[in-house]
Amino acid sequence: MVSLNVLVVDDEPGIRSGINRILRNYTVGYPFMEEDFSFELTDADTGEKALEILKEKKMDIILLDNKLPGMDGIEVLEYINKNQIDVSVMMITSYASLELAVKATNNGAYNFVPKPFTPDELRTAMEGITKNLFLKRMTKQMDQAGKQVRFQFLSVLSHELKSPINAVEGYLNIMKDKQVGDDIGDYATMIDRSIERIKGMRNLIMDLLDLTKLESGKKVREVKPTDITEIARLAMDTIEPMAIQRNVKVYLDTPENMVFKADADEIEIIFNNLISNAVKYNKEGGQVHISVRAEDNSLKIKVEDTGIGMDEDELARLFQEFVRIKNAKTRNITGSGLGLSIVKKLVENSYSGQITASSAPDEGTTFTVVLNKSTNP
Amino acid sequence: MNTEKKNILIVDDDMDYLSQLELQVKGMGYEVKTARDEKEAEEALDQGKPDLAIIDLMMENKDSGFILSYKMKKKFPSMPIIIASAVTSETGLNFGLETEEDKKWIHADKFLEKGIRRDQLEREISKLLKL
Repeated sequence: MVSLNVLVVDDEPGIRSGINRILRNYTVGYPFMEEDFSFELTDADTGEKALEILKEKKMDIILLDNKLPGMDGIEVLEYINKNQIDVSVMMITSYASLELAVKATNNGAYNFVPKPFTPDELRTAMEGITKNLFLKRMTKQMDQAGKQVRFQFLSVLSHELKSPINAVEGYLNIMKDKQVGDDIGDYATMIDRSIERIKGMRNLIMDLLDLTKLESGKKVREVKPTDITEIARLAMDTIEPMAIQRNVKVYLDTPENMVFKADADEIEIIFNNLISNAVKYNKEGGQVHISVRAEDNSLKIKVEDTGIGMDEDELARLFQEFVRIKNAKTRNITGSGLGLSIVKKLVENSYSGQITASSAPDEGTTFTVVLNKSTNP
Repeated sequence: MNTEKKNILIVDDDMDYLSQLELQVKGMGYEVKTARDEKEAEEALDQGKPDLAIIDLMMENKDSGFILSYKMKKKFPSMPIIIASAVTSETGLNFGLETEEDKKWIHADKFLEKGIRRDQLEREISKLLKL
């Protein structure tokens, strides 16, 4: 049970004690709220008194009569508004006029209750204001949590983007000052490394664009019967140069013309990421086996490698944004740290599917993706 | 004037930053040893005490640098340590090492931002080596 502080401002003692009686044992609960709300009441007979109480105690709800002996209800409302006090106000008024309603609403009043009111009318009004209060607070909490995640993402992102710039800038400065002599040949490694870092940065930017499209939902999806085998071949072709360089053989095991309802670009992102990882984190002379099968309304993709593998701890962190498994075996491998988190988002959000990984150090890793019927076309 | 060259250990997992820093520090007239992770750094320490260490903050883990500097200070309490990182400018977090309170838990003598100018770095190193 959560108790909300309610301030009742009315110059008529009868109204104050009436409200007390009606709300004393009243609670508000909704299926979506974890707890019920009850009301803790405080009285004030004038607007001035109400302001004094507000200065000392945090109130959640104010039931405010407009016609008061000194300053009137609207003035109290103006004070609350001006001082940005976080409280929901319900006006109680005997003569509802349009002018008053507009003035009060402009000053942030949540609702009106006409006077005289029945117990049921007051309870209904309290129920509404409590629900509103709860939702307002939940939204605020979620906004804060969202901002926190965003901030972490951005600070890691800026680190990942700045590292290659720093590296390239460093090499250029060395060359500018001719720190190792006049012969350009002596700078060959630095030039190669600079190109390598710029490539890595380009990949990061491409991955970021994929991620942004996914998150904003702006990309228009085109879900239609798609030849999955063809896309798998396309992805293999893209990765072939890297596979040749690393002396890794890639095998595809799939029936011809396997058709599944999907967005071709999304399937390509999934294949590209899984196959390029399998090649990158492989060993000299290693292998990659890709298999694709249709099973009743779903599609199963398996990418198996004979690579360096990883341990349980590393496996557990694998799908997080910007997580790159860093150890002696992986340090010459470049990557944005976004690929698998993108694949996971796609698989889960667009195909209500799953991605799982199993691995053994020095033996290899297997990724299994199951796609179901595409959601939100 | 010291006739023997001072020995500096540089630890960073970014191979480009590591090689650039190595070149710079060598250019200042120091002997340089490099290590690319916590393990290599500890191996280097087993071979003898460097006169100073420059270590990166974020390596295998976000706090690898802190852990490493803690271990280094335990082994060689008198060896000055510089933690170099890009963290401050990116996150707006500021860990200076100005107060005694900070020095108690961050076992480093100086916290520098990566990408600092060569002459600044040279000044900081000679200050810590009391040259």
